[in-house]
Amino acid sequence: MIEYAALKIIWWALLGALLIGFAIADGFDMGVGMLLPFLGKNDAERRVIINSIGPTWEGNQTWLITAGGATFAAWPLVYSVSFSVFYVALLLTLFALFFRPVGFDYRSKLPDPLWRNAWDWGLFAGSAVPAFIFGVAFGNLFLGVPFRLDEDMRVVESSGLLHHLRPFALLCGLVSAGMLCLHGATYLQLRADGVIAQRARRVVAFMALFTLISFAAAGLWLTQIDGQRLVGMGDPNAALLPLAKTVSVGKGAWLSNYHVYPWMMLAPLTGFAGLLLARYCSARGRAGVAFLASSAVIAGIILTAGFSLYPFLMPSSLHPPSGLTVWDACSSRHTLFIMLGVVIVFLPIILAYTAWVYRVMRGTVTVERIVRESHTAY
Amino acid sequence: MPSPEAIVDLSRLQFAVTALYHFLFVPLTLGLSWILVIMESVYVMTGKQIYKDMTRFWGKLFGINFAMGVTTGITMEFQFGTNWAYYSHYVGDIFGIPLAVEGLMAFFLESTFVGVFFFGWDRLSKVQHLLVTFLVALGSNLSALWILIANAWMQNPVGAEFNIDTLRMELTSVAALIFNPVAQVKFVHTVAAGYTVAASFVLGISAWYLLRGRDTAFAARSYAVAAGFGLASVLSVIVLGDESGYTTGEVQKMKLALIEAEWETQPPPAGITAFGIPNQREERTDYAIKIPWVLGLIATRSIDEEVTGIKELRAANERRIRNGIPAYAALQKIRGGDRSPATLAEFNTHKEDLGYALLLKKYTPAVIDATDEQIHRAAADTVPRVAPMFWIFRLMVGCGFIMLLTFILAFYYCARRSIYNHPSLMRLSIYTMPLPWIAAEAGWIVAEYGRQPWTISGILPTRLSASSVSAGDLYFSLAGFIGFYTFLLVIEVMLMLKYARLGPSSLATGRYHFERAAAPSGARS
Repeated sequence: MIEYAALKIIWWALLGALLIGFAIADGFDMGVGMLLPFLGKNDAERRVIINSIGPTWEGNQTWLITAGGATFAAWPLVYSVSFSVFYVALLLTLFALFFRPVGFDYRSKLPDPLWRNAWDWGLFAGSAVPAFIFGVAFGNLFLGVPFRLDEDMRVVESSGLLHHLRPFALLCGLVSAGMLCLHGATYLQLRADGVIAQRARRVVAFMALFTLISFAAAGLWLTQIDGQRLVGMGDPNAALLPLAKTVSVGKGAWLSNYHVYPWMMLAPLTGFAGLLLARYCSARGRAGVAFLASSAVIAGIILTAGFSLYPFLMPSSLHPPSGLTVWDACSSRHTLFIMLGVVIVFLPIILAYTAWVYRVMRGTVTVERIVRESHTAY
Repeated sequence: MPSPEAIVDLSRLQFAVTALYHFLFVPLTLGLSWILVIMESVYVMTGKQIYKDMTRFWGKLFGINFAMGVTTGITMEFQFGTNWAYYSHYVGDIFGIPLAVEGLMAFFLESTFVGVFFFGWDRLSKVQHLLVTFLVALGSNLSALWILIANAWMQNPVGAEFNIDTLRMELTSVAALIFNPVAQVKFVHTVAAGYTVAASFVLGISAWYLLRGRDTAFAARSYAVAAGFGLASVLSVIVLGDESGYTTGEVQKMKLALIEAEWETQPPPAGITAFGIPNQREERTDYAIKIPWVLGLIATRSIDEEVTGIKELRAANERRIRNGIPAYAALQKIRGGDRSPATLAEFNTHKEDLGYALLLKKYTPAVIDATDEQIHRAAADTVPRVAPMFWIFRLMVGCGFIMLLTFILAFYYCARRSIYNHPSLMRLSIYTMPLPWIAAEAGWIVAEYGRQPWTISGILPTRLSASSVSAGDLYFSLAGFIGFYTFLLVIEVMLMLKYARLGPSSLATGRYHFERAAAPSGARS
């Protein structure tokens, strides 16, 4: 049987893997959705864009559902505190997400241009709002989320949405929206043909630069922000509760992990290198490599956030000991062990059939194909 | 500042609205996916084009419905965290497992293959495509299994124990969680209800084409598939119904007594109340018409076991509340650092009833200083109102039996190959379409309202489960849900009606009613 402390670390890594899986798989759907009204100048072009992700977006969104479920099972406190403290932001995300399943399926069911245009903007909102808000939420983790827990692990004090819209958090929102836009653009360059691929290429060039600048700016800003360090806690192999730890707060503390574990620098470096590579390959028409590079960008940037915060998952600015860490916010050892087994069995199966589906649905989406399959395509 | 009760009530209202709304779409997905499998199997075996057209047309309606199921399903997963944060912390160690497994085992399967179902017709062999359709059906039904395992644990929480270090419930046996007898019964009952919804949907729309003499070959085959599938489903719902689940677990016993308005424990075997007016104030049922023996047979599968009445169950709950107070007192000492063997022994002796002591929080936050009057009121809270349970249950059963009759007639005349001669049967098939939906929603109300005042039966009172959000937050989210859901429902129903009216002509194959009507040769049949 694996030690409890090791299970906690494994589940921290798995949480990261699920988030990265979600951001890579559903990220290009969201990027494509954000670009839809701008890159498609007429209905046929927009249908090319939509059908490039049409058959597969649904499976991709399941990464979000699964990441949510896994957080519930493995990190119940993280799930309960984050969802209730970010109440309004999460509901706005949810309302925006409503437009995606219906948008994809209903848009082509009526020929009226007004109807279709309305759904295009619905799909835009359903992609842009979550992409931005998830980034803002991550930004808030670095600033510390204003909440306090009581002895029963009940949130007794927290502040509302407006408090979450702080400048650094908004910048993180831009990083997130930028990287997903970039990812959507490399995907479109790969899967669409002709004029749309051309336009996507211009987006890649711009978004790679935009993300690079905003990511670097966020990194520099981080040196000026009060970070937290865990200075005292109980035995990591025991079942711990959040309040029983000591936390120090200091400027630039979020960068201290990179001194202790220099290999963590690989994460931001992957982010930067991926951005340059995506731009370079896209310009030379190597869309496949550019797509892999933008996937690496996403992994690099999310890992940077995770590594910088480690061992914190959800720091509290109001009352630092209330903050949630890898050591004191997880499920019992028994549950973590069982869930690990479930993931080991099912994740490879999921990856295998997802790969098969992408193989079946492969090929470039063209305007001619949309015209030919007008009754069956989205 | 609104009272904690107001926050809990608003949160309950929101959960009820969003869950009942979600379940307008889920049952159709559960059943229609199997109907598609049946139709496509016939296509693969016989090679007849019409069965492919049937799969694709009903698949179109499936798609319109499926999108709404997905849309409203995300809400359900978010809502435990957003609105029931303390619940999520307190039981996430157990309750989170089936939700996570649902994502990994079921929802991924269903969502990944549903796109291939719609867009893979020309890219796959016949058998491969049928396999894809089958995997969509399997995924959606497995999804229901895991959600019902989660729900059944709320009704009958097995395989878990309170941990004094983390102050929450933790898993002791994953096998007990999965093989919870309530889950098995609920799963069969719920998916069979979903199959009935879908069968009645196909039956009604096909009957409408038949009445109008449109696309009759297509409609008659669809009608026959729905009649056969529907009869098997509605029989499963009724025969394998929920009754056997009611005897498992304390809250389930209370539910059974409420449904039957059994105020007193009757000498076995108990009679069933076919009709009556439950009178909550006087605690009796007026004008009751009783059928002897039946309830005892259904509930206990015996003639010598008792069906416990409401008053007796309430008295037992009062004893459990009193027994829970020492558990709560010991827990407070433990939390204060006293881990002496005597305190731990005291806690372990009474811990089964810790949840019952928590019911007192409504009347006295300190719990241990509860007066007899407060204990009495907390015990009274364990009895939900009888009339809604009594009537809504009868509404569900009534709908079920009308559907049974409809499907028997439909199946009989299909077997005799004479459905064309019975327009009244066609009208019956159309008019009964809403009934399985009403029954399904009624069933959920009975199951969940009947679980009150608990979120986790006997473990965690509803009142303690909600998040610490403001009333303003709740009004915002409730308004958002009502606004968006109304808007989406209008659009969904409009599209559904449009495509149902169009019928198989919407496939643009050139073989069906409107296309032939429009053809220049005037080849109207």
